[in-house]
Amino acid sequence: MIGAMHYVILSLILFVLGVIGLMVRRNFITVLMSLELIFNAANLNLIAFSDRLGNLSGQIMAIFIITVAAAEAAIGLGLIIALERLKRTVNLDDANEMRG
Amino acid sequence: MSLSQFIPFLPEIFLAVAGFTLLLAGISLGKRGARTLSLLAVGSLAVSAVLIWAVGRPAGGPHTILGGMLFVDTFAVYFKLLTMTASGIVLLMSAGYLERSEYSPGEFDALILFATLGMMIMASGANLVSLYVGLELMALSQYVLVGYFKLELKSNEGAVKYFVLGALSSGILVYGISLIYGALGTLDLGEIRAALTVTHTANWTLNLGIILVGFGMLFKVAAVPFHVWTPDAYEGAPTPVTAFISVGPKAAAFAMFLRLFLGAFHPELAQWRIVMWVAAAATVIYGNIAALTQDNVKRMLAYSSIAHAGYALIGIVAGTVMGLWSVMVYMLIYTFMNLGAFGFVIMLETRGYAGELVSDYAGLAKRHPGVAAGMLIFMLSLAGIPPTAGFMGKLYVFSSAVEAGYVWLAVIAVIMSAVSLYYYFRIVVEMYLKDGEADEPAALVQDRWLDAMIGVCVFVTLAIGVYPAPVVGIAQSGMHALGLG
Repeated sequence: MIGAMHYVILSLILFVLGVIGLMVRRNFITVLMSLELIFNAANLNLIAFSDRLGNLSGQIMAIFIITVAAAEAAIGLGLIIALERLKRTVNLDDANEMRG
Repeated sequence: MSLSQFIPFLPEIFLAVAGFTLLLAGISLGKRGARTLSLLAVGSLAVSAVLIWAVGRPAGGPHTILGGMLFVDTFAVYFKLLTMTASGIVLLMSAGYLERSEYSPGEFDALILFATLGMMIMASGANLVSLYVGLELMALSQYVLVGYFKLELKSNEGAVKYFVLGALSSGILVYGISLIYGALGTLDLGEIRAALTVTHTANWTLNLGIILVGFGMLFKVAAVPFHVWTPDAYEGAPTPVTAFISVGPKAAAFAMFLRLFLGAFHPELAQWRIVMWVAAAATVIYGNIAALTQDNVKRMLAYSSIAHAGYALIGIVAGTVMGLWSVMVYMLIYTFMNLGAFGFVIMLETRGYAGELVSDYAGLAKRHPGVAAGMLIFMLSLAGIPPTAGFMGKLYVFSSAVEAGYVWLAVIAVIMSAVSLYYYFRIVVEMYLKDGEADEPAALVQDRWLDAMIGVCVFVTLAIGVYPAPVVGIAQSGMHALGLG
């Protein structure tokens, strides 16, 4: 029998993987993928709990998160296209004009 | 749910429509319409403020609308009007700046309006769903605004860095929300508070959820150790955007912070207080120490804004009624003094990123005594010297900490305020005691709107410093909404 705790542990693993990926990877596209991992870890939690609790608000929240994550990805890609045009790179370490 | 529930939401609906209209108007007016467009944007903010007064007031006491999504209470009205005023001042300050730049003003003004809409929802959200959507509306607009000068590498770089860390913070926030939902089975702030008051079971998912939401909020207010995006975003962004993101969004984030931690999560105070204590102390110490070595004024003001977030956090650590209203007052004071200081940075910035170094202020008092005197007032206020508003703000926040028994935190903050004198007075020393270099720096920007807005900030900073009672009274009427005390 798969309980709610199994989902929490799976989502926690996804979340930690996402955070580590976001900190370690320097390619912007991979960073965006790590971000999706984090958001979907939260979605997995919300939907699993919603199912267990018989309460719809978690699924509504998940739909909002999916929508906002799409907008977020669109803006992120827009920013990286602008950076790519100026510097011919999608690597975050190459964007290091400002220091201190 | 009847249609009449939408009536208190009319100010927000109007602002959304105005934002889309501005996008279209921006296309047809083009670059020459910078001043017309910002007048239109300020006009729509004013109409929206009138609508708040007309229909958005909590006439029959605090209540929720739209199926428990939004609060109608004085706390919401306070922060809505504060963020709208900040946006209005920024719009008027930026008109001339955008005219001189090569970028179109329509989208800029529309994005400021959309961000303001997000902040209004953050100020009034009664459910984690609405709070999250408001936060993201604000944050997404901010990412684009920081990268608005898309042909400048610095602007781009600031935006990308801000985006990566901002999106990470949203991710942490929603993950925390999902854990809280799992533990309590509700996303409604009132129900969360009720559930936390009743049950006292040690639940690691609940505590982890609250801490993660706290981390997300600390990111948004730029507190240590989640501050790394701040200096780069502030330095890279066009100066009016820096002015904007340093005040309005910070005030809105503190509104949400207060709603969550002194409202919904208040019964769990003992669990999260230590985290906030450490964050507040670290923020005050790090922000002030790091600001000491900055030569770029925008970067220095970025660290200064980190430090100010730390001062405001002290009120949250106190967790009392006084902590609540002192943070509300502090955010208002901080908004005006910081906007004023950035107004002068805009004035000195004749072209591109020139005029941003501390040494560019050398000899300013001799050439422009009025400008130097104005800058002096804001530096005094940011450092917290009477008779300016900054002093009163710090006084209230620190005494709330002492009142709650957190004397050491107040002592750290007072010592660090003394440290902050050094970097604020570096600018003063440059202005009054140094001679300008042989080559005369470029003339100051002549812009009546900018002058007027700085004048407003000077007036408010001095008025609250001398006579703070009315503002305190308004903030105290706002705090009852949260059910504290």
